[in-house]
Amino acid sequence: MTTESRRLDGNAAGGRLADVFAFDATVVQTRCGACGTRAPLGQYHVYADAPGMVVRCPGCENVVLRMAQTPGHTWLDMGGAITLDITE
Amino acid sequence: MTFVSRGFVGRPGADRDTGKLPPGQYDIGGGFPVLSAGPTPRTALEDWDLTVTGEVAEPVRWTWREFQALPREDVTADIHCVTKWSKFDTTWSGVSLDTLLDAVETAADYVIAVCDGGYTTNLPLEDVVDGGAWIVDLYDDEPLPAEHGGPARLLVPHLYFWKSAKWVRGLRLSSTDEPGFWETLGYHDYGDPWREQRYAGD
Repeated sequence: MTTESRRLDGNAAGGRLADVFAFDATVVQTRCGACGTRAPLGQYHVYADAPGMVVRCPGCENVVLRMAQTPGHTWLDMGGAITLDITE
Repeated sequence: MTFVSRGFVGRPGADRDTGKLPPGQYDIGGGFPVLSAGPTPRTALEDWDLTVTGEVAEPVRWTWREFQALPREDVTADIHCVTKWSKFDTTWSGVSLDTLLDAVETAADYVIAVCDGGYTTNLPLEDVVDGGAWIVDLYDDEPLPAEHGGPARLLVPHLYFWKSAKWVRGLRLSSTDEPGFWETLGYHDYGDPWREQRYAGD
């Protein structure tokens, strides 16, 4: 299996992010901190088989979000995203 | 009706009695999982180089051809992934970090492996010298496949395998510890499988 075939779309991140956010993260307009791409998080690329989940920009593959769940902790790094636009 | 159960006998290839399996790990046998945090980089060998930079008197750089001319070592080692699989007696060939670091003068205490694709991992310098680590480009006598970190990866078999960074291109020496990609996201700074140092605080 190639790395590319293991890549998931951003909707695969929805389940894990539902543990953290009160809204559906997959529809949140997310702007990449590296290239400025703006797209729903569901259109981002997800790599979920590593020790943590890594979400990358579909335009430039910059890491916009990382999440790891360790015993008693959820670690969330959104340093690669400039903004999340959450529509009510 | 009475059933007699043989009980749980472990997964195929289980090697629990030899003392080779760290706590919480299982023997994956012939498998070799690929865990990826991103797309597989594919750097052409003519564009590949390896550098030692940071707190050194003079940075050094090897092209692929120069790297191939360095003294090689064959390594047979057990490897242990933090996701709980272990694989015994893996065979590699590459260049010892003793050879690479002999080329620089440094007073640093830590090394940060820097990789194509942006991955980083941090290690104490004392863990990668004296035969503790290699940059390997052959696995099972074949060129290391890209999905396993080829053309060349770090191999530090005595620590969890996330420390054995795929697609390594640089070793940056530092007097301060700088946690890398997983070490900043809840994983242990050192990662000794025999002390089961999976997560921060273990």
